[in-house]
Amino acid sequence: MELSDFLDQGLWLVTLGTFVLAVTASLVGGFTFLQKRSLVGDAVAHSILPGLTLAFLFSGTKDPWWLMLGALISGWLSLLLMDYLSTKTKLSYDTAIASVLSVFFGLGVLILTYIQHTASGEQSGLEGFLFGQAAAMRSRDVIVYGATAIVLIGITILFFKEFKLLSFNPDFALSLGLPVKALRILMNSLMVLAIALGIQAVGVVLMAALLISPSAAARSFTNRLKTMLVLAALIAGFSAITGTLISFSAPGMPTGPWIVVCLSVIALLSLFFAPQKGMLARVLMQRHHQRKITDENVLKAFYHIGERKSALAAWMGMEELKGAREFEPPVLETSLKRLIRKGHLLRKKGEYQFSRAGLDEARRIVRLHRLWEMYLNQRLRLKADHIHPNAETMEHIISPEIEAQLLRELDYPEKDPHESPIPYRR
Amino acid sequence: MIDNQNDTVAVLEVHNLSASFNRKPVLWDIDFQLQAGQLVGIVGPNGSGKTTLLRNIMGLMEPDSGYVRLFGKSLDEVRQRVSYVPQRESVDWQFPVSVREVVEMGRYRPNKLFRRLKSQDHDAVDAALEQVGMLEYAQRQIGQLSGGQQQRVFLARALAQEADLYFMDEPFVGVDAATEDAILRVLSDLRDQGKTVIIVHHDLQTAYQYFDSMVLLNTRLVASGPKEEVFSKENLQEAYGGRLTVLSKLSQLIADNEFPVREKGFQEKSGRGDGAK
Repeated sequence: MELSDFLDQGLWLVTLGTFVLAVTASLVGGFTFLQKRSLVGDAVAHSILPGLTLAFLFSGTKDPWWLMLGALISGWLSLLLMDYLSTKTKLSYDTAIASVLSVFFGLGVLILTYIQHTASGEQSGLEGFLFGQAAAMRSRDVIVYGATAIVLIGITILFFKEFKLLSFNPDFALSLGLPVKALRILMNSLMVLAIALGIQAVGVVLMAALLISPSAAARSFTNRLKTMLVLAALIAGFSAITGTLISFSAPGMPTGPWIVVCLSVIALLSLFFAPQKGMLARVLMQRHHQRKITDENVLKAFYHIGERKSALAAWMGMEELKGAREFEPPVLETSLKRLIRKGHLLRKKGEYQFSRAGLDEARRIVRLHRLWEMYLNQRLRLKADHIHPNAETMEHIISPEIEAQLLRELDYPEKDPHESPIPYRR
Repeated sequence: MIDNQNDTVAVLEVHNLSASFNRKPVLWDIDFQLQAGQLVGIVGPNGSGKTTLLRNIMGLMEPDSGYVRLFGKSLDEVRQRVSYVPQRESVDWQFPVSVREVVEMGRYRPNKLFRRLKSQDHDAVDAALEQVGMLEYAQRQIGQLSGGQQQRVFLARALAQEADLYFMDEPFVGVDAATEDAILRVLSDLRDQGKTVIIVHHDLQTAYQYFDSMVLLNTRLVASGPKEEVFSKENLQEAYGGRLTVLSKLSQLIADNEFPVREKGFQEKSGRGDGAK
């Protein structure tokens, strides 16, 4: 066999291994994320270290079964200790988490150091527990971890609806008589095992990223639990493959950290650019509203001029407009252009006139303003000289349904509290 | 007691129930019975132990002493006939589930773990959604609903359980007038079918118009029975005219000094008064 073939085979093996581990961790981690137990997941990941190292000390091998047994025991111990500390002592839950994390992790590092100073040969690469040891994965490891992963995924799918209820409303689950205690133990065991698997790929320090960030990223794209979990698994799997390939592209690059970097990039991008829930979408939405408000204010200013002249169809100049309301010149300029493009205003020789649609729109805004003033005055008993500023804002927000309700409740008033007529559609 | 058709069996019996919250006793020897087929309000001022009472009845908390019987049996024997609607604020409404998925939870059963819902389950869910006027919102994510709509979803989940006894914790808090009417209409329908609805409610003003019977509570039972009897001036004054300071001081003492609320073994031997026999 050629050396490159062997390497390629190793690459395939490692890629497959990290893929399976990442998918499992993200799937189980989805429920951890939704139960707002991300920090607990992080603490459990760190707390697994003493279990791993002790299992190695005890068995003298890096056999995956031994390591997982050690991880399961110390992960569960940390969970129980966190619960015990927060319920039986005066410590708050976050303090309990932090204490358990640091004590267990410290203990783990201590044992790790001890092993490295005493034993020989076999323990090489044991520090891989800290940041992952994907590259050292053998086919036996992949088979064992893969089999465990399939069991974990299977149980998650099998108990999907119970886990959903337990994460959403545990009290209701109890009231139905579901075996909440047993289900909780099952869920926690899944989490501990998923973490024990995941650290083979990314290590205890970075494990929380693998557990939580796929769901955090996926959550910004969907409102469905199933979709979220599938998406999280895809994101995690993709990151695992990409991270592994990158790390293999140059010698000496760590696989685990690269996987986490890929994950974090995807998570960050999702938080910024996801449609609707991303930050960018929100900024765009705000800008859209800002423009709408400016446009409506310009139309309203024209309407007020026309009203004063008793000629709504008149041509009106810039000077009159500036007299009616203060606008920042560049803002006004672009708004006028937009209004012309929308067909709300007509322009001739530097003067402006309402189109039919524009006049309807202007009437709508003024109507909403005056209706709202009426409502504030009559229903909230606010004085007529206090209601204008509030109406300036609400006129842009009131929806057609609310308008209809206002009209019903106020019985189509003719005039607002300042005796200005309320314009209706002709 | 022979069986559940027996009308003489109280639908709910709370027997000498004492309970603590965060180690602090908040319910002192509560004892009352309720008959089937009515709307019952558990009413009392803030901190009077209403929610604690409900949680104890539903087995979500362990009482210090005393017991609860539903249809003359223990809760575990009759769970299928009992439905519980927790406070709306007790869950995270940003959770990624749809209205329909929440109502489906009313069809989950301990003996049907990891089994898919059947078509009759889906029919029950549809009917429940229809009843509260939320069928058209079935696919919405629950976070996109108004407070009143969220409360209706919880009610629909309870209806989907098709129970005989309903417990609801403050269903009228933070809901709009339309929802209030809708909930009351549904509850009256349940009552007219001979079912029993027991509601924790803090607002004295509306309690009288909503309910047939009342349990007036202020850490101890002030009165229980038909609303006309319970709503006497003396009872209301007793419930709302300030707490019994001795009780609250004693509670604080127990919580602060780690006293056991009951001595070990007391429960088994309880029943007779001190020194009797």
